Amino acid sequence: MTISHFTAVLLFAALASVVFAITLRETLRDQVRYGLESFAWFVGGTIVGGWILYFINPH
Amino acid sequence: MPSETVAKRATAQTEAAGHATKGWGVFFLGWLVPGLGYFIHKKWIRGGLVLGCISGMFAIGLALQGTVYPFNTGDILQMLGWLGDFCAGGLYFGTRFLGGGAGNPYQVMGDYGTVFLIAAGLLNLLAASDARDVALGRKP
Repeated sequence: MTISHFTAVLLFAALASVVFAITLRETLRDQVRYGLESFAWFVGGTIVGGWILYFINPH
Repeated sequence: MPSETVAKRATAQTEAAGHATKGWGVFFLGWLVPGLGYFIHKKWIRGGLVLGCISGMFAIGLALQGTVYPFNTGDILQMLGWLGDFCAGGLYFGTRFLGGGAGNPYQVMGDYGTVFLIAAGLLNLLAASDARDVALGRKP
C-alpha cells in the first residue's frame, strides 16, 4: 500500500486522537473536545513544521 | 491491640491485595487484546473504539510494509523498536507467529509503517493502563 505523506498524517492523527481522548478525559463532552483539539494539534503541527523546514531549506 | 482490630486490618490488607491483583489482571488482558480491558467492565463503546483504532493503526503499519522488530540486544533503536512493538500484545505475537512484519527497506513508506506499528503498541499500553484505572475505580 502506498499513501501520500499527508494522508498518513491524517490517519495517524485521527487514530491517535481517539485513543488519547478516551484514555485522558473522563466525560463524553471532554473526550470529544480533547479528541478534536488533539487532532488539530497533530495536523496543524505537521503543517507548521513542514513550512518551517521549507523556509530553512527551500531546495 | 484488640483481636477484632487486627482481624479488620488483615481483612483490609487482603482486600487491597486482591484489588491490586485484579487491576494488574485487567492491565494484562487489555495489553494482550486491545480494548479487552474495557470490555470486561462493559464499556463497549470505549473498548470498540480502542480495538478499532489500535488494530487499524497496526494493520496500516503492516500494509505500509513496516518492520515488526524481533527481540534483539543489538542497536539501541532496534531494541526500543522491539519494545514499542511488544506493547501491542496479541497483535505483535500474532504477526510474529504468522511471519509478517518483515519490512521493506526499499520502500519509503516502510518507515512510516514502522512508526505506525510502534505507535499502535504505545497507544495499547496507554489504553491498558487506563483500563486498570477503571478496574481500580479511579476512573468512571
